Order: sequence, then C-alpha cells, then structure tokens
Amino acid sequence: MTKNKEIGRARRRIEGELKVTGQAKYAAEYNVPDLLHGYIVNATIVKGKIESIDEAATRAVPGVVDIIHHENRPKMAYFDMQYSDMDAPPGSPFRPLYDAEIKFHGQPIALVVAKTFEAARYAASLLKITYTEEEFDVNLKTNLDRAKKPSMGLATLIKPLPPGPRGDFDAAYATATAKFEGEFHHGAQHHNPMEMFASTTVYEGEGKLTIYDKTQGTNNSQLFIGNIFGLKMGNVRVIAPYVGGGFGSGLRPQHQLVLSVLAALCLKRNVRVSMDRSQMFTYGHRPETIQHTRFGATADGELTAVNHVAHSETSRYEDYNEVVVNHAGMLYPAQNVTLDYKLVPLDVSTPMDMRAPGGVTGMVAVENTMDQVADRLGMDPLEFRLKNYAERDHSSDKPFSSKELRECYRQGAESFGWKDRRPTGQPEKRGNRIVGRGMSSGLWDVIALPGKATAEFNAEGKLVVSSAVNDCGQGAYTVFSQIAADQLGLPLESVKFVYGDSELPLSPIQGGSYTTGVVGSAVKLACLALRNKLFKLAQILDGFPLGDALPQDVDFMDGEIIVKKDPTIRVKLTDVVAFNQGKPVKASKSNIPNVFKLKQYTRAAHAASFVEVEIDEQLGIVNVTRAVTAVAAGAIMNPKTARSQILGGMVWGISLATREESLLDKKMGKYVNDDLGEYHLPVHADIHDLEVIFVEEHDEIINALGAKGIGEIGMISMAPAIINAVYNATGKLVTALPLKVGDLL
Amino acid sequence: MNNFHYTKASSVDEAVLAGKGAENYFIAGGTNLLDLWKYDLTHPQKMVDVNGIEELKTITELPNGGLRLGALVTNNTTAYHPLVEARYPLLSRTILAGATAQIRNSATNGGNLLQRTRCYYFYDPASPCNKRNPGSGCPAVEGQNRLHAILGFSDKCIATFPSDMCVALAALEAVVRVTGPNGSREIAFADFHRLPGDRPELDNTLGQDELITAIDLPPRGYAEHHNYLKLRDRNSYAFALVSVATGYELEAGMIANARIALGGVAHIPWRVEAAETYLEGKAPTEASFAGAADLILAGAQGFEHNAFKIELARRTIVRSGMMALDPSCQRPGAPPSL
Repeated sequence: MTKNKEIGRARRRIEGELKVTGQAKYAAEYNVPDLLHGYIVNATIVKGKIESIDEAATRAVPGVVDIIHHENRPKMAYFDMQYSDMDAPPGSPFRPLYDAEIKFHGQPIALVVAKTFEAARYAASLLKITYTEEEFDVNLKTNLDRAKKPSMGLATLIKPLPPGPRGDFDAAYATATAKFEGEFHHGAQHHNPMEMFASTTVYEGEGKLTIYDKTQGTNNSQLFIGNIFGLKMGNVRVIAPYVGGGFGSGLRPQHQLVLSVLAALCLKRNVRVSMDRSQMFTYGHRPETIQHTRFGATADGELTAVNHVAHSETSRYEDYNEVVVNHAGMLYPAQNVTLDYKLVPLDVSTPMDMRAPGGVTGMVAVENTMDQVADRLGMDPLEFRLKNYAERDHSSDKPFSSKELRECYRQGAESFGWKDRRPTGQPEKRGNRIVGRGMSSGLWDVIALPGKATAEFNAEGKLVVSSAVNDCGQGAYTVFSQIAADQLGLPLESVKFVYGDSELPLSPIQGGSYTTGVVGSAVKLACLALRNKLFKLAQILDGFPLGDALPQDVDFMDGEIIVKKDPTIRVKLTDVVAFNQGKPVKASKSNIPNVFKLKQYTRAAHAASFVEVEIDEQLGIVNVTRAVTAVAAGAIMNPKTARSQILGGMVWGISLATREESLLDKKMGKYVNDDLGEYHLPVHADIHDLEVIFVEEHDEIINALGAKGIGEIGMISMAPAIINAVYNATGKLVTALPLKVGDLL
Repeated sequence: MNNFHYTKASSVDEAVLAGKGAENYFIAGGTNLLDLWKYDLTHPQKMVDVNGIEELKTITELPNGGLRLGALVTNNTTAYHPLVEARYPLLSRTILAGATAQIRNSATNGGNLLQRTRCYYFYDPASPCNKRNPGSGCPAVEGQNRLHAILGFSDKCIATFPSDMCVALAALEAVVRVTGPNGSREIAFADFHRLPGDRPELDNTLGQDELITAIDLPPRGYAEHHNYLKLRDRNSYAFALVSVATGYELEAGMIANARIALGGVAHIPWRVEAAETYLEGKAPTEASFAGAADLILAGAQGFEHNAFKIELARRTIVRSGMMALDPSCQRPGAPPSL
C-alpha cells in the first residue's frame, strides 16, 4: 500500500474556480428552451379550509398559462408512505396542493404558471382566496401541558430518544453541595441558505423528467417524486451538482420540487418554480425549545446529579425529533441521571434539522449549567470539566471508539490563554468595556450509513470516481478526489469526481456530518476494488510482467504498478486498459457499516471552544472578540477545507448566541421578520479573531477512513462558550437566545 | 410585475409635469421603491425616472456659508464629499452608519428622506396595517415591536422612521427644497416628517406632485464636537434600535449651543429643543447629558418588546454627548460602543 500523499494535504476546492467564475450552475440557472415559470401562492391563514379560489383576475394577466391548485391538480399518490423521504419523521407528511385543508401559515395552496417569473408573481398576487378559519395555537410556552413522547420511526434510529434513568437523581440532587437549576429558551430559526429553493423540471416526453433541483440528496428527490406521481425511478433524473448552502433545509424535498413537477406533468412543458426569500420561511425551521436543567456536585467538584428535560415544538402532522438531552450523560460520568425529551404539537410546519440540530440546543443548557455549578463551587470551569472527564460513556456503558477531548481542552486553553481568565465579577477593563472569558465542550455523534461509489480507470489515464452525492460547498468533492488519488497512487490532477446526479451510484442525503465518512469510505473501497482488478489484469498481460508478485508486493505510483523488490519492473495502468480492449476498468463498492462492531462503541467527535467577549459596560453591547476551537474528529482529510468548515461553524455559533431569531407573531401564527434585512445573520463586522486547532486522533472503529466528520462540531461548543463568557464578565446568565441589545442593561 | 408607464425626465419642470397623478412615482436610486413594488405593497401606474436631471447632481456652496446637497447626489458621494467631510462630519457619519456600501452607492439624498418604515407588518401585504391600508388596524401594538416607537406614536401606528442620514439633517436644521406644479418652496426639516396621529399613511408633508430638488445645510456644522452613535442588532446592515446624533459648540469649556436628535425611537427623527436649551451654559459632563436625556425622553413609553429602548436611549444620549468631545477617536466602522 502506498503512503497517503493527498489525504491530509491542504487542497483548495476542485470546483472553486467554476463557482467564482459563475460557471457552476444552480437549480434556477438552467435556462432550458420554452421554459415556463411557476410562482407559489401561500396561505395567509394558519388553520382552516379553502372555501373558494377566484381565478378571474389572475387568468386575465397577459402571459399566464395556468393556475394549479387542489381542485384541478393531476392525480397524486394516496398513501402517507408515498410522501415519505429519507429524512421524514414519523407521521403523515405534508402534501402540497392535495386538499383544501390549511395546516400552517404560508402553506403552498396554488401555483400560478406564466411565461415569465414577473408575470407569474404579479398574477399570483391577484388570486382571490376565501377561507374558513379555525382557531389555532402556535404558543409553545402555554401548551407545555400537552407535551408527549415522540413517536418512534426510522428517524429515531439515527436520532435516538434519551436513555432511561440511572442511579437516583432525586437523592443525589438533594444531597449535592453545589447545585444549579436553570431554564433555557430559544425561539425558532430558519436555515436561510444564500441560494433559495428552486427546481427546473424538464419534460422529456411520456412520463420522463429531468429535474435540476436544489437539494441535499439527488436520490432523495428522485424517490420522492417517483413515489408521489407513480413514475418509474428510471424515468426521474435529478441533477444537483452545486448547492448554495443547505444547513439542513435541503434534507427533505421542498414544496417547489413537487409543484414544478406537478406543473410539468400537467402542461407537458418545462417548468421552473423558485421560492423568494419570504417563502424560505414557509417550510421547516429549527424548533423553538424550552429546556430545564438541574445539576448537582459534591464539595470537591464531582458531578453527581444530572437532570435535563427539553420541550420542543413540532407540527400537528409529524413528530420531528432531535437529540437534545442525551449528551450530558455521554460527556460526564455522573451516576444519577434522568433525561426527558417531549414534543408539543402546534399549528406550524414540521421543524427540520438545522445546523447541529439538537446538539447545539442541548449543549447550551448543559454547558451553561456546568459553569453555574463550577461558579458555586468556586472552581475554574475547565478544572471542573477535567475533574468530571468521562473516559467511558457511562450513559450506555460503552467505551468511546476514540476520544481526545482532554487534548482539545489542553491545546485550546493554551492557545487561547485560559490562565488569564479572571474570576466572575472581577473583569478586566478596556476603556468602556469589560472583558469576559468562557469555554465549553462540544460533542457530535458519528453516524454510519451505507453509501456507494464507482471507480474506473480509462485509456486517458484518468481515474473517474462517481456518486450521486452532492456538496453544499464544504469541500466534499475535493476530499473524495484526494481519497481516490491515494488508493491508486495518482496525482490529484488525474482524478475526476463525478457527482450530484441521481443516475450515479446511490448516496444518502448529505447531512449530519457523515458524508465524508459514508461516501468517502465508499470511494476508498471502490478504488481499492479497482486497484485489485487492475492488478489482476496486469498479472495476465502478455509475458506476465509481474511474475509471481502478490498485491502486497507492488506499489501503485503515478499511473504505474511497480514491483517493490525490483522497481525496474513496471506496468503502465494505461497498458492494462489497452489489454482490456481499451475499455475502462471499473469497480463499484458499497460501504456497508459493520453494525455489530460499531454498536459496541460510543462514536462521537469532540471539541472545546474558548471565547473572549467585550461588553460595553453601560450600553450592554457584546462583541465576540476572540475565539479558539480545538476539534478532535479523527483523521482530517483536507486541513484547508476542514478549517474553513470549522470557521463556518464558529460563525454559526456566534449567530445562534447573539444574532438569529425568527420572530413569531403568536396572534397571526406567522414569522414576521422574513427577509435578510430583519433576520439577522452575522456580517463581517460581527466576526473577529477566530482560530481552529485540529487535535490528532486515531480511530480504527468508525469507518474505513477514521474520519468522524466536521460539519456540525465547529458550532456546538461556541454558543455556550459565548454565554459563559458573558456571565464571566457580568455575572448575568443569559438564558434566552439570542442574546440581544438591551438584555444586559 | 404589472404593466406601467415609464418616462424619463431631463429637467425638474419636465419631471413635475410628468409626475402629476395619484399613482405616479418619481424614481431615483430605487433602493426602497423597487422592493415595495416587488412585494406588492405599492402599485405605480407611471414611473418618472429623474436620474437624468443633471442640475440635481451637484453639491454647491451657498452664499451664507452653508451647503446645498443636490437631491440626486448619492448617499456615498455626499458622505465622502470633501466639503461635507470637513464642515459636516456628523452628516458623513450618519450616512456611513446606514445600509451597505452597495445601497449607499445607489440611494440618493432626496430618496433617503422618503424611505418607508421597516415595520414587519407594513411589509406583509396580507397583514393589517394602518399605514399601508388605513383603517385596517395595527398588529404591531400587541405583536413584534422591537423596532418600534417609544415616543410620538399614536394608537393607529407605532412605526419608526428608519433613516440615519435624516437624524443628522434634523440636528443640523437642514432645509428641504421642493418643486411642484405650483412652484417651489422650502420646508424646514422639523416640518418635513410628521407624527402618525390619525393619518399614519402620511410619512411627511411633501405634496403628492412635489419633487425634492435639494437639501440646504445651514452654516453651523458642529465639526469640532459631534458624534453619531447607532445601536443595532448587528454591527452593519441593520436599522437603529436607538441612534443619537449630537453636536455642540464649546465656549470656555461650556456648551454654547447644542443639538441632539434621535433615530429609531419615533415616526420622525426625534428632537426636543428644551433639552438643547437646557445644555446651554453647562459643562459637557455625563450629568449634563443625563439631564438632557430626561427632557428628551419625557413621556417615553415602551411596548412588550421595546421597553428596553427607554433606558438604552438615555444611556446612549449620555455616551454620545461624551464621545462628541473628541470626534477624532471615532473611527468609521469601529464597534459602536468604542
């Protein structure tokens, strides 16, 4: 086996040039001939029924081709199962334009199709809809008494419900020396990727479609459309090579996909449907959540009692669940633990996975509570965590597959200068500002799923690797190319990765930080299988040039097979292809997780963030002036794209703690700040000095690459560290996120 | 987009003639009007493009020592104009605290005065709003009202006027020059914007057919002692929760005359002359500005999500007053609480 030359090497994105020069096309940019444009009409009530739709004024607008709604739509599937998708929670999935029933504000209820987008949008504004309104409720706080256990389903396999109690929490808490009881709240948030949802559906003839879709899973959209409209899977092709940000919003197929296909089938024409920014607030969101914690410790700092309870909103029709409360029991070895997670169904659209779903929510409560207990003990927060370091996952009584969190603490603290932290209430002053320092741990589960890849070596000397997977911009394509290059000892330039097309080998939706582990492992396995095939063919070339050499006796290097003992014996890979009658030599392989082995371990990436804030003492304005995040996530495939991804996560942490909030008008049942002017994502002026450290970690268990995934872990520890830093400076614990101007007055 | 008439005017007279009519709009930078149009909030029948009127694109010195800002000069050109930077740095700072570089490159001085509120409900055509649809109600009173007024509101409307630039223009006592079918007139800045009262649909006193041609700045520019302090939910591209423009002149260490105007707190840039008179003869101390703040905020009243603004405004007035002592320490783009 040749040494890794590409894996672990800092490489810029292979598709970067296409993106910055505008050559990379996104779903709404495929200008196919005779394209019609659909504009979605959204319900302006929260709950009730459509009584009538008056189309007259809309039809009179020049350029309008058709108006599609529940009364005139073509046939759609009947069973709930047919509306399910790879990320569907248990329940009855929403069906756009299916019937007259309104279930949430902004629900799509009609599609106006016209020759131009402008005509469609204007005509849509003229559609007169009358409703019968019913009483609704979108208030989580006043409905906690209706909380229920989440239903079990496929989603709960990946996102398990909390484990049962261990020890005797009540007794341990009652006798604890230092304790803290907290309530934590954050409102809904919307993903708001830069690229808005769009689908361009090309009608190829009798029941055959090519769809350029904004999605985090081409196969997911393909299956979804095939099932709903009863089309053969082979007749539905979904293409999505580039995604302008997903953040989880593309894990489920969105309304515009169904509507563009509906219109294309109905009119037998090419149809594009794209959402505008306010419509990006009409599907899933991070659910509003209220958490309660009670942690207790002994006088010498041993954490003995942990109680963590979360109540999250869900819709009336699906039980969206996320892992909010499980992590305290994994991070800390407390022996008396009770956890609970409940859902409150409200008249909202089903929440969705969004940027470290659940994990970041729960960790805010856990890590802020930890600092409060440390404060009551008079202990340094880092010392308190080290005192309660879990060498083993006590919540499931399993070893960790690997865990270098201690090293994250050490390297992060050293680089940050944690020793300069001052006790709470005695902050350093800088002009009008006081300085606070805080830290937090982070944890994200490593998810294992099957995935498939194909590798072929062709007569041009290129290794072509393919998978249906796509990439939201994090660098997956680059990393897959690097992995492939190393298996055959090729330079990166000789690898071509083909992606983002449902006709390619099956890939799960890309999310949950698992794409590198899942698809990357499949790429590795496919390339190793190809290597083996090339070797076997080389063995039987004319004159048997490799003699009796076995696979382990050769190196693959720069397009040649070289016998280690006698490097003068070489076979060109292109000669092997020629021997194969010029046809590419090809191998496909699936990465099937060894569930039996995996389930003996707890598998997670860890991180620690250290944050400095400056707070204007009179005005209460907070700036995150400096932060260091140290990450232990197994093998790092590409330090450049990995660093960028962690930086992005840190920015999202700042955003969660101090910026983002979807303002819900509870009387109207609507999110009112539905544009990027009023939905505050961070700007450059909000982001200051950020540092990323990757801690060395070896993991032989998790997958073929030993890579844990870094999509989420950069965000999780940031938000709690910021709130802990604010507490350190001011002595005030902020329990409602985001922390806003005015909260510290 | 619905069909509409479009005409280009090359002189003020031509524009005024073409602009007659209830649903006829002048368009300059278009940074707010086009959004309102796309979101189905305004329905122009005719667009009179005034961008070709060269006479409105100059900044000229006035005989009285003041400065005339052409209505079509962009916000950025105004902010970076050497005469504005030297004599009216307070105006430069307010302009540069607003929007983004891209928007300021397109937005014009005349248009800045006419931007609509950023109330969430005003921007949702399906929602009631007395400003957009008189008589339909005001959901902001009991809804999401973080951005909303604490002063001068009515039971019909609690919206705020979002401009930063206008806060300085109010403090500087600018004069708005307008031309309409009946000729030209001048409007004192304090009389230009209006409180919502029973007619929240009217933001200002500009006639339907009138075109803003220029903004005149009086000679007094407070270049030595001024400050603009804007507090907002993020450090750029956000409207003010509270902003304060301060200018004063010192004589023998005492305030000889002062101007203080607030943004983000009312339907108009908020100025209380009694507070300015109060400061005369006083030393520029925290106590003096706190006294002025009490007068400025007399009668302030908060709603569910914006009550914090009263205390925040009080502290911001004090801080802005103190920061005005040494304007040289105020770097553009510096965090607001420097």
